[in-house]
Amino acid sequence: MPPLISAALDNPATYFSWGWLQISVGNLIVILVMFVLFILALVLPFPGGHDDGGDGS
Amino acid sequence: MTAEVESHTVAPAPGDTWTGKFRDRVARDLPPDKLLPDRQPSYVASWIYVFGVLTIAALLVVVATGVVLTLEGPEWYHISDVGHFFNSLHFWSVQLFFIFMVVHLWGKFWMAAWRGRRAMTWITGVVSFIVSLATAFTGYLMQTNADSQWITFEAKDGLNAVGIGAWFNVTNLGQTMLLHVCTLPLVVGLIVVLHVLLVRKRGVVPPIDAFKNEPAAASNTAEVTS
Repeated sequence: MPPLISAALDNPATYFSWGWLQISVGNLIVILVMFVLFILALVLPFPGGHDDGGDGS
Repeated sequence: MTAEVESHTVAPAPGDTWTGKFRDRVARDLPPDKLLPDRQPSYVASWIYVFGVLTIAALLVVVATGVVLTLEGPEWYHISDVGHFFNSLHFWSVQLFFIFMVVHLWGKFWMAAWRGRRAMTWITGVVSFIVSLATAFTGYLMQTNADSQWITFEAKDGLNAVGIGAWFNVTNLGQTMLLHVCTLPLVVGLIVVLHVLLVRKRGVVPPIDAFKNEPAAASNTAEVTS
């Protein structure tokens, strides 16, 4: 394993603390990525979408 | 000879046997055009409808890389470069699997995807999420590094506190490994197959306002959307 990665894994994770809420940077990044993906999925246009009849069939 | 054989053939009425009933039910609920459709309703042309199949794609990578790890063994994936690569593929495809599944869950929750007799589709999705958590948990336990030692001994106290430590001992690496590579993936796979078959049976859930001007169609979306 590269020394940089093994050094990172040997150290304790960095945590953010806001009052009762404590979360690691890794977990926070994953939650933010999921949130951004969700918003983008709602607002970005879907390529090639077309209405082929409009009766839902 | 043929006539003699035919005279001894037992021929129950169609639908009298369990195989006949099962066949009739499958043919009724999942005809080929429902099972493998080549057209979808126009509202499916949205990125939010993509995350279910992305979750399945990630699951296929998880299973494929897991099979390679199982065949080669811990020495290979802990020491060799190719082993590290497959170990990382397995780990990161699990991360993508959960990220895609959570976005899929959020999307389905906010469109109330249990509408139109789709309660079992929703329930199998929830169960597959819970069993996937257990599968990922046992995967973290068997990394055989300092991280997994920490998780194991924290989890041991938690599971003892809720009273199930006697039959699920997370410090038993053999039990954990068998659960992770055999039992739990099998359960996840079966539930996901059932979930997909139910999606095909009932059709993709329409947006809440898709039929606001056609209340009759809204009550019968399973037939309309498939």
